[in-house]
Order: sequence, then C-alpha cells, then structure tokens
Amino acid sequence: MIEIVPRETTRPLLTALIPVIAALAALALAAIPLLAAGAPLLQAYKQMFLGVFGSFFTFTEMLTRATPLIFTGLAAAIAFRAKLWNIGGEGQLYLGALAAVWIGTGMIDGPPALMIPLVLLAGAIAGGLGMLGPAILKLRFGADEVVTSLLLNFIILIFVQMMLEGPFKDPMGLGWPQSEPIIDAAILPGLFERMRLHAGFLLAIGTALITWIITALTVWGLKARAVGENAAAARHAGIGVTRLMLIVAFASGALAGLAGVSEVAGLKGYLTSDLSPGFGYAGIVVAMLARLSPIGVVLAAIYVASVFVGADSMSRAMGVSSFLADLTVSLSLICVLLGGFFAQFRLRFRGAQTP
Amino acid sequence: MTPVLSLKNLTKRFGPVLAADDISLDLMHGEVLALLGENGAGKTTLMNMLFGQYVPDAGSVEVFDAGQPRTLPAGNAQAAIDARIGMVHQHFTLAENLSVLDSVVLGAEPLWSFRRALSPARTRLTDLMTRSGLTVPLDAKISALTVGERQRVEILKALYRDVRVLVLDEPTAVLTPQEADGLFAALRTMVADGLSVIFISHKLREVLAFSDRIMVLRHGKAVGEMPTAEADAARIIRMMVGEDHKMPDRSPGTPGDLRLHLQNLSTSGTRPLRNVTLDAHGGQIIGIAGVSGNGQTTLAQVISGLEQPSAGSLSIQGQTIDRLTPKSALAHKIGRIPEDRHHDGIVPALTVAENLVLERLDDSDVQHFGFLRKSGIAENAARLSSAYDVRGPGIAARAALLSGGNIQKLILARVIEAAPDVILANQPTRGLDFRAAAEISRRLIEARDRGAAVILISEDLDEVLALSDRIFVMHDGHCLETDSRDRTDIGYAMAGEAA
Amino acid sequence: MIDILQIFLSESFWAASLRIASPLIFGVLGALLCERSGVLNLGIEGIFVVGAMTGWMAVWLGAGLWGGVLAAALAGALFGLLHAILTVPFGLSQHVSGLGITLFATSVASFTYRTALPDVTSPPRIEPFRAMDIPILSDLPFLGPVLFQQTPMTVLALVLVLVVWWVMDRSALGVAIKAVGDNPDAVNAQGLSVVGLRMGAVVAGSALMALGGAFLTMSAFDAFFFGMVNGRGWICIALVIFASWQPGKALLGALLFGMFDALQVRLQTEAGSFIPGQVFLMIPYILSIVALVIAARRADYPRALLTPWRKGQR
Repeated sequence: MIEIVPRETTRPLLTALIPVIAALAALALAAIPLLAAGAPLLQAYKQMFLGVFGSFFTFTEMLTRATPLIFTGLAAAIAFRAKLWNIGGEGQLYLGALAAVWIGTGMIDGPPALMIPLVLLAGAIAGGLGMLGPAILKLRFGADEVVTSLLLNFIILIFVQMMLEGPFKDPMGLGWPQSEPIIDAAILPGLFERMRLHAGFLLAIGTALITWIITALTVWGLKARAVGENAAAARHAGIGVTRLMLIVAFASGALAGLAGVSEVAGLKGYLTSDLSPGFGYAGIVVAMLARLSPIGVVLAAIYVASVFVGADSMSRAMGVSSFLADLTVSLSLICVLLGGFFAQFRLRFRGAQTP
Repeated sequence: MTPVLSLKNLTKRFGPVLAADDISLDLMHGEVLALLGENGAGKTTLMNMLFGQYVPDAGSVEVFDAGQPRTLPAGNAQAAIDARIGMVHQHFTLAENLSVLDSVVLGAEPLWSFRRALSPARTRLTDLMTRSGLTVPLDAKISALTVGERQRVEILKALYRDVRVLVLDEPTAVLTPQEADGLFAALRTMVADGLSVIFISHKLREVLAFSDRIMVLRHGKAVGEMPTAEADAARIIRMMVGEDHKMPDRSPGTPGDLRLHLQNLSTSGTRPLRNVTLDAHGGQIIGIAGVSGNGQTTLAQVISGLEQPSAGSLSIQGQTIDRLTPKSALAHKIGRIPEDRHHDGIVPALTVAENLVLERLDDSDVQHFGFLRKSGIAENAARLSSAYDVRGPGIAARAALLSGGNIQKLILARVIEAAPDVILANQPTRGLDFRAAAEISRRLIEARDRGAAVILISEDLDEVLALSDRIFVMHDGHCLETDSRDRTDIGYAMAGEAA
Repeated sequence: MIDILQIFLSESFWAASLRIASPLIFGVLGALLCERSGVLNLGIEGIFVVGAMTGWMAVWLGAGLWGGVLAAALAGALFGLLHAILTVPFGLSQHVSGLGITLFATSVASFTYRTALPDVTSPPRIEPFRAMDIPILSDLPFLGPVLFQQTPMTVLALVLVLVVWWVMDRSALGVAIKAVGDNPDAVNAQGLSVVGLRMGAVVAGSALMALGGAFLTMSAFDAFFFGMVNGRGWICIALVIFASWQPGKALLGALLFGMFDALQVRLQTEAGSFIPGQVFLMIPYILSIVALVIAARRADYPRALLTPWRKGQR
C-alpha cells in the first residue's frame, strides 16, 4: 500500500532547484534511447556538450535557437499564469511572421528606425489577434480554449501555405512556396560578424525583463495574478475579469507573434511553411520549466535550445536520430511536473506493520 | 444494554496539534449518543479514525459480534463498511448524475458482473422506505432532488447496507425545523428497531430533545459525559467553550435613512428571486432567515453586482441603479462578506497584505502610476491585522495559510475599513467557533451602531433571532418580512407554509 | 455546377464517410471513457502517433495484423498509465500532463521509427487490412458497399461503440465511472477506489485512442509517416464535447465529421480550379471549432473533470 503524504516542511532551496534537477534528470534519462540506438554514451554526451559550448560560434547558434523560445515561452507563461490555456503559440508565431512579411517585403519602404518597429508591431498585433479569437470564444460561448487554440494552429499553417502559393509567393522563388525576401531596412541586424545571432535575441531578453516588471511590480500584474489564482474572488472584488483575460490573451498571442517576426526578420529573411520546428509547443515546456517566471523563461529557453543544438550536432556526428532532442525536452517537462509533486508530497510505503 | 461499538483511547496528532487526545467511547445497542463540540474540537478527527480515513497514533476501534469484541484494522475504510458502520456526512457524498436507485446500489453490487440485478434491490429499498418513513422517488436523478430528499438518500444508503451504527454529522444544518422533526421521528423508529446512532451537532436544543446520552469534546479531549436526562444547557455550553458563553450585547438599533431598496425585483436563471421587495435603513440589522437554496445566494449576488435582475428595480440612497457591478457596488459603498469565503472572499495564493487591498487596488496608497507601493500595502496590512486580530504566519504569508476564522476577520477588516453604508453579510459565521463567531457578530453590531445598514443572511435561525432588528424569511425566491419572533412561526414560513 | 445530390446518393460517398470516421470513433470513445471518469487526456494526439507507429511496426516485424492491433493498444495503455499516474494519485495538472504525454509519446514514436529505420527514404509498406468480402451481406445493394465492404477495423470500431455503450449505460462499472467523474467522494464513501476507477478508465481509454492511430497505418494507409495524425486527436477532444459524453452521439459526431470530410474531398475535385485546395483542407478543423462552439454552452461537463482527488481532502 502506497500512501501520499504532504511534506510537513518545504525546503525553499530544494523547491527553487526543481527545474535544474528535472533538466539534469531528463538529460540522464536520455541515456536510455542513446543506448538503444547503440551510441557510445560518454562520447555522445561529450558531442552534445561540444555542440553548444565547443566554440563561440556554436554558443551563438544556441542563443539564436533560444530567441524564439524565449518569446513563445513568455507567451505560454503569462497565459498559464492567468489560467488561460494558450496552446496556439505555433499558429500565432506564423501569424506574426506572415504579418512581418506582408509589411516588410516592400509594402512600405522607410528607414530602419521606422521599418523595424513597424514590422514588430504588425507581427505582435497579428499574433495577438490570433489568441484573441479563442479567448472570445471561451468568454462568450464557453468553448474550451485548449481545443480551439490547438485546432487554430492547423488552420493557420494551412492558411500560410495557401498565402505562400498565392499572393505572397515570390515570383523569383523558382516555384518554391516561399515569400519574397524582407527588405533590408526591416531586417533585424546581426550582432557579430559572420554569425547568425541577431538583434532579436536582445529584444527577447528586453521583453522578458519588461514582462517581469509588469507581472511583479504593477497593479496590473497583481490583478492578473488574482484572476489566474481565483477568478471568482477577483470578480467579487471588482476586478474586470473579462477585460483582463482579453488583455492577457492578446499579450500572449503578441509575444508568440514576435517569435515569428524575430525568426523571419532576424534569421531567415523570408517566410516558408517550415519556419518553426515546433517553437510554439516547445514554448509550453519552456514556460513550465521556468515555473511561469519571466526571468526563468530566459534560462529555460537556453536549456531547451542547448538540448536542440547539442543533439543536432551529436546526431550529425554519430548518426543518432535528432528526435533525441524532442525526447529529452518532453522528458524534462514530465520530470519538472514530478519534481513539483515531490517537493510537496512524499510517498510512504505502508505494509502490514501499521502502527 | 449491550455494547455495539467501542472506541478505545484514540489519539491522533497532526504536527504540533493534538487533534484527538486519548478519547474513549462506548455505544450501546439502540442508543442515541450525541457528540457535542465546537469546530476543531476533534469530532471529525474521531470519526475519520472510526471510518479508516486516518490511522490513529494510538488506540483502537472495537466492534462487537454477538457480544464478542473484535478490533478493526486501523486505516481501512472497507473494514468499517464491512462491520456495518455507516455515516451521513454534513456535505452529502452523492453523484448528481446518478438515479436514486443507482446511488444506493453503487458499491453494494459487484462491479464486474455482466448484468445488474436491479429488481431485487428495488424491492428491498421500497420495503426500507416504508419501514423507516423516508421516501424518495427511486428513479429520479439526484440533481432533481431537494436537500431534504438527498439526505434521505444518504440515510437509505446506510440502511441498505444493513448498518447497525449510523453516524450523522450535523444532519439538520440544511433542514427547516419541521423537516428536522420529521428526520428525528424516522430515526426514532429505526432506533426502536435496534439501530445505534452517533449524532454530531452543535445545536443544543436538538441534542437535548433527541439524544439518550451526551458526550462533549473540547480541544481534542472528552471533557464530559452525561445522560441527557441529567444535562442542562448552561453546563454543556461551559464544557464546550471552557467558559461562560454570552451572545454579544445588543440594544435595539435606531433606524436612519433608506440606504438600499429593492422593489419587486426578480431574476431569471437558477434559484431565481421572485418579486422581492426589501428596504434596508441605516442603523439597522436586517436578518434574512431561510433554508439554503431558497434564493439567498441569488439575492446576495444581485446586491454584490454579480447578477442582474430581470425585472424590478434596485436603488441606492434613492438613486436607481441600472446595472450594478461589483466595482460600482464598491463605489456606492456596499461592503460584501461573501457566503463562500474561500471561493469568493480571498485569493489564497496572494499574501494577506495583498488580499487586504484587493478591493481598492487603484487607491493612491496602494499604487503610484500603476506601480505597486509595497510599503503602503504593508502598512495597511500591519494596521488592519492588529486592529482586527487577524492571526497567522504574518502579512507576507499566503492567505491560504490562515484558518477559516482568520480569513473571515481579514474579509471583515477589508469591508469595514472601507466605511460602507451598506454591509451584506452572507453566512458570516458559518463554520466558525463560538469565539470567532461572537467577534464577527460584535463587529456587525458595531458597524450598525455607526450607522451602516447591515443585511445578514444566515441559515442559523438562532443567529438571525439574536442579531436582527427586522427579520425576513426566504422561501422559493420569495422574501417576506415577519413580525414574529417565534421559532415555530418562522419555521413554517421557511417551509413556505402559512402558520 | 456541382451536383451535391448525386454525391449524397453515391455508395462510395457513404462508404468513405464511415472510413474517415473510423479512427475518430476510436478516439472519441477513448476520450469519453477518460473524461467520464474525470480525467482530461490531452495525450490523445501523441497516443494516436504511438498507436500508428507501434501497430505498423509490429506488423512490419511479422506480428500479423491483429498482433499489430494488440501491440498498438498495449502501447497506448502504457502511455495512458503514465498520464494516469501523473494526474490521478499525484493529482498534477491534467492540461500540462496531457500536453507532456503528447510531446513525449510523439517523440518516442518518431525516435523509435527513425532508429529502427535509419536509412530509408520512402517508408516501407505493410500489407494492411483489406476490405471484407462477406457472402450475401457484401453484395447487398447500397448497404453492402457502405457497411460490409469496410475493413475489419471499422467493424471493430462499431462493435466498440456498442461495448462502451453497454458498459456506460447498462453495467455497474459504468455507474461507478460516471459517479467518479461527478463526485469522487461519493464513490469513496461507498467503499470503491477512486484511484483505481480513474486509472482504469484512463488506461482503457488510452488503449482505444491508440487503436485510432493504428487504423491510420493498418487500414487507411499501409505505412507510417511523421505528421500523419495531423490533429485528429485534438478533433476527438472537440467531438466528445459535441457528443455530450455519450457513446451513441459520439458515433454520430464522428460520422457527421466523416461526411463533411468526404464531401470536401469530392467538392475539391470538382471545384479545384476555382478555389485553392487549402480552403478545403481547413474545413475539418474549422468544423471542429464550430461544433465545439455550438455544443459548449449546453455542454454538461462531468462535474469533477480536471479536479484531482486526494483521500481525506475536500
């Protein structure tokens, strides 16, 4: 007989370390699929480490990969804090990218000081509207936003494909379904010579800081927390719950939209329908690993990006499938859930020797 | 006199708290034993050990089979069920989507059989209903039943399992006085048939009228035991509270100007209000009596701005309000103490200090250009928690860590500090111990004496009688004033019957 | 221009509707079992992928078609067990755990497939379930092609509708599952195990979901592709609300959905030159959202859905 008993004392340090322990546990568990694939363990882990920390270049590659994850992680974190289940980050990312391409491929031509903010704004609004829809359906009709925001991902992706084969198609693209390139003025500048890391990364860090300030220091952040933790009491206390939920929904979608802008205007330069390898979904893992803290999101995004970049490098060198990265990241989510549980409870094994 | 059940030296400790301290108790065949005590006295802990929900730190539970004692294995819920001990909880444990028949049979029939044998079950239940006088429509969904009918289902569930010991936890809390009398009559019949009953209550009147023997618990200890015939009320209260208990002093209020006026107000939706007219004047406490579920919650929702009337009007200080919201209710100086303090009153994950300013987040001592003024919030919390005696691990701790009584004091502090013209107090003392309840009552009287109009909704008729300057009774959405102070008259009004 | 009537009269249209509905029937029944017991299982999308991959791989390794079906169900049950442990005794967020299961199950399936077959460029094929040929029945006009020339897995789906209906509406077990999804305290007070009932329902439901995936690789197609599930699991989560958690309505919902999907394929071939094909591809997802919005207001959610239960706590 196994009993679940609440812990009488909580150790704050241990609780704070849960995400770290979970991340390490997931990396350790990755040994099982590595062994199953017949890879020499030590060498594989070494290759993964070097793939990220081997050189300054690989390190910037990792940060490049972390950039969209910070945005989508923030998007999930602020929504989940308000108990709004935005699982549509992937779709909102594409909406942001599509808007960026729409504005940024020559519709308006201005100086970078104007173009970049304009493109960012357009992407944020598009992403925001993408989540406003499910939020309105939830508030107005009671339709579960998990399902609607998830299904919207598929609709948006198909819509993007349709645009890329239609009005957005690059006539010079040799028939490939891709958009025209974004004009130079709207491109987020690179940070280092001959490296791909771009200003989007700094923007992501700045956004995380602003998000932290808003959630932790303002009345608005307190109201949002009250709504997330107990909407009934917040409503009773005169807080405009509906309005707040709509704002959170829009902000969450906007953040995911910025991920799309950053990828398309900072990294790729044009839009294709395989812009994101699931950054929207990975953002959920990032947010959970960060325990929904905006600053934590930056660290968690760096961890998840390291796993992806490291596993990619290991995969190229040793022929192990790069799905190992997805496996490790999803394991991290399950481990952090378990960690949260064991910080509050312990299992007591009880046999016949009852007191 | 043969014993059927014996609790021997049961002890249970939760951290530093000794919830049950060496309690022993014998129950005889065909006896009604009343277990009296305040909240937190140990009644629930004791019953949880009897029913295997908790493993006692010391002591044991014995049942008697043909006069021979047998010790039940500790912490085994099934053992209590097998020993034919049944319990009717204060909060019913019924699944609303099942029929009455399914609810009773659930757990008593094999789960994995291909076909169900429902017709013998139906016959047996019909027979039980005739014998006990507790009738319920067997094919109705639980969700369609009244509270009284649901309680009958709970008792039938136990009887269907052929219990010899039935534990009833606060069985009359949700009943009208007449319904309660009906319940006691039915129980009497069954006790005459050989059933033994443990009756948990804090209503002295019922205990004195119905039980054979009384046991009083305080702070986890059995502090007194006597045959009911020899008991007297004052002595029992002293045992329960450990001191002489006085209701707060109250002089009649002096009515002032009209503060809140509902005129022929109705709502649509569940548990609607029907043509309610009510006028609340400053300097008076209006008590609203009634069995829960007769529209009190809806009335409170309307006054709180959470539900809009479908007809009729609501005016504050003579000004008709088109659409009252929680925010505008606050702006019109209506303070609200919600019925469910955990669900509507506080945000448990926020700190005590944050909860204390939850209703006035836009005030200048709370925020400055949208940024929180932590020092202002902390000062406010320090002042209020000492003035209202909110005890707990501190103002920076999560409100979830407060006890029910302290949560209520927190809400009271928040409401009264806003100097409201109208106070809506919905079940303000439900579940609180005497001391905390008396403190809340005292504060409400104080607010009245300062000129506020207090609307007190309570299902505890004694509380309504003790505090109110005027009394209204709610039944089926109607809310009518009564001049009577007689329990029987009011009881009939609560049941919707003219006296 | 387009003769819709003609489409509705053709046998092939109705046969296609039922075929398209089949994996959804499995999925909706699985989601129904989980949710009736009070547990939302957002692992469904990943469990579909695992079912598809495992069923296909078992057959490819020589286990035989029914061996594949069994392997898929077992694999689904295994991931269901993980979700059940996380959400039932541990009481963790059903939303987050479910999404975690989806990500985990999808990556396990993909990694396993890629590791077993590192070098293939075109996915290897198996010999899938064939359309049945039952003497007399299959030759009936109209009904024959629609009902009796389907694959055995479609028949299995229809049989399972009956089984789940019997369990939920006619058996003591069903009463207990419905009760535990409404008020676990009631079940506990009657001496039944809340944890046991919920875990059982989640594991069984997940096995059913995996069969939906297996249908794709073993009946609809003959190979496994990444991304072949393509949101079908999420559609089932919408459909089960539309079906008010009732097996009969679940069948109806899946069939309606299959009809619309079959219709859009036919319209697409007729109207392909006027309207971009993607518009038709969006229809299933849009329909699911519409169905959800229509059903949401009157949906009678199991009252204890999403609420964890721990012994001795209220």
